[in-house]
Amino acid sequence: MDEPIQNKKVDTPQDNSDVITMRHIAKSFGDNAILKDINMDLHKGENLVILGKSGTGKSVTIKLIVNLLEYDKGELKVFGDEVKDLSEQELKKLRTRVGFLFQSAALYDSMTVRENLEFPLKRILKIKDEKELEDRIKEVLDSVGLPDAIDKMPSELSGGMRKRIGLARTIILKPEIMLYDEPTTGLDPITSKEISELIMSMQEKFKISSIIITHDIACAKITANRMMVMDKGEFVAEGTFEELENSSDDFIKSFFKL
Amino acid sequence: MANAPAASYKGILEEAGNQVLFMFRFFRNIFRFDFEWEEFIRQCYMIGYKSFPLVGITGFIIGFVITLQSEPTMKAFGAESFIPKMVAISLIREICPVVIALICAGKISSGIGAELGSMQVSEQIDAMEVSGANPVQYLVVTRILACIIMIPLLTLMADALGFAGSYLGVNLSNHVSPQLFFSKAFSSVEFGDLLPAFFKTIFFGFAIGFIGCYKGYNSNRGTESVGIAANSAVVNASLWIIVIDGIAVQLTNALGY
Repeated sequence: MDEPIQNKKVDTPQDNSDVITMRHIAKSFGDNAILKDINMDLHKGENLVILGKSGTGKSVTIKLIVNLLEYDKGELKVFGDEVKDLSEQELKKLRTRVGFLFQSAALYDSMTVRENLEFPLKRILKIKDEKELEDRIKEVLDSVGLPDAIDKMPSELSGGMRKRIGLARTIILKPEIMLYDEPTTGLDPITSKEISELIMSMQEKFKISSIIITHDIACAKITANRMMVMDKGEFVAEGTFEELENSSDDFIKSFFKL
Repeated sequence: MANAPAASYKGILEEAGNQVLFMFRFFRNIFRFDFEWEEFIRQCYMIGYKSFPLVGITGFIIGFVITLQSEPTMKAFGAESFIPKMVAISLIREICPVVIALICAGKISSGIGAELGSMQVSEQIDAMEVSGANPVQYLVVTRILACIIMIPLLTLMADALGFAGSYLGVNLSNHVSPQLFFSKAFSSVEFGDLLPAFFKTIFFGFAIGFIGCYKGYNSNRGTESVGIAANSAVVNASLWIIVIDGIAVQLTNALGY
């Protein structure tokens, strides 16, 4: 059974529908301060796009959410629980509820697509029945439009196909939150659009709340319900795509120039 | 400048501390439920079976070369008949365990270091971790245990083929029957020779697997780090093997073997 959402004190009022809240988060690597003061909420069911130049700390921000990196200061709550305070078992449980699509898709390259998809099913959901495994794999491959890739090795897949299989491997656990780390980087415009539309269909089909890290404006335009712009370890602007597109700030405008 | 040695010592201590922590993670994960049998058997195949040709040829040639090299000297002393005994003792007690372990450090430890290093670079280990799976149990425990089991078996096989190589070497200049050669060889070998060498190879196997996994798992993010992980895995595993051998010799001498 899921843990009840606990509303511990934070600086600003917390909406019960927020699935992630970050308050005054800071993270440094040695003397290099990557995140200085991050404040952010992810509302249930929304797609939040984080826009920013390379090296501003976008990927670090989402890695903190699943505790791949530990934050130095501040409060980070996922489903109401402070990530730092979670036990090993609680963290494992949290990670099954939060999916993460890596920039490189991170497919296990010694395994076929089928084995990649079976990996979390066998280990997390403990599914041993061959028919159930097969059904779930086929269902998720149909969702990403690649039913014929089941017995291929990752090296036989194109960049766009790898991203789709990476997404399939993540959604096979039916996560409530998805974290996309530059989902369209390195793809041609047509494939980028297909991936962006796939992100939207995931939101509609599985009611997933998502954070999408990108500097691809076309992807942001398709996927964003709300956007935040990051610069030098801080959020500097927030709004809808249209609001930010019409911003008078030169820095914000620079993202929207073709 | 004065701080340089201090920084160097700090680095060494940090590395030692990290290795101890990694070892702790390994031991903690051995005894968990859901042992990865399938991956363990695959690793035994990759580490053991795939190393058969290299280890077999090496063992055979070691036996052959030792015989040819020692023959003139033994002949000069009129002690040709002692060649099988000498070869058997030297192969079983020292030469095969150490040489095979060093060869496996080059083949297996570097392979594991490079494989896990590239998985680290391409975020595959992170992907395992965020999916809620246990990458230490899947990647590290299986590889180290496979090394612990397969290195002693490979060494025994190298011993056997070393005898065959020695038999061939003896027969290049003389005619000795297999019965005579092997009865002379085995008459000098006792369990007291075989067991310490066998136990030593278990530790060699641990060193090969552990260092490969540690270097690969903890490599940095750049592609360059894959090469560094593979290289430092070979160097460190070889060093561990020599140190373990030194300790094992002292122990076996102290215990009277």
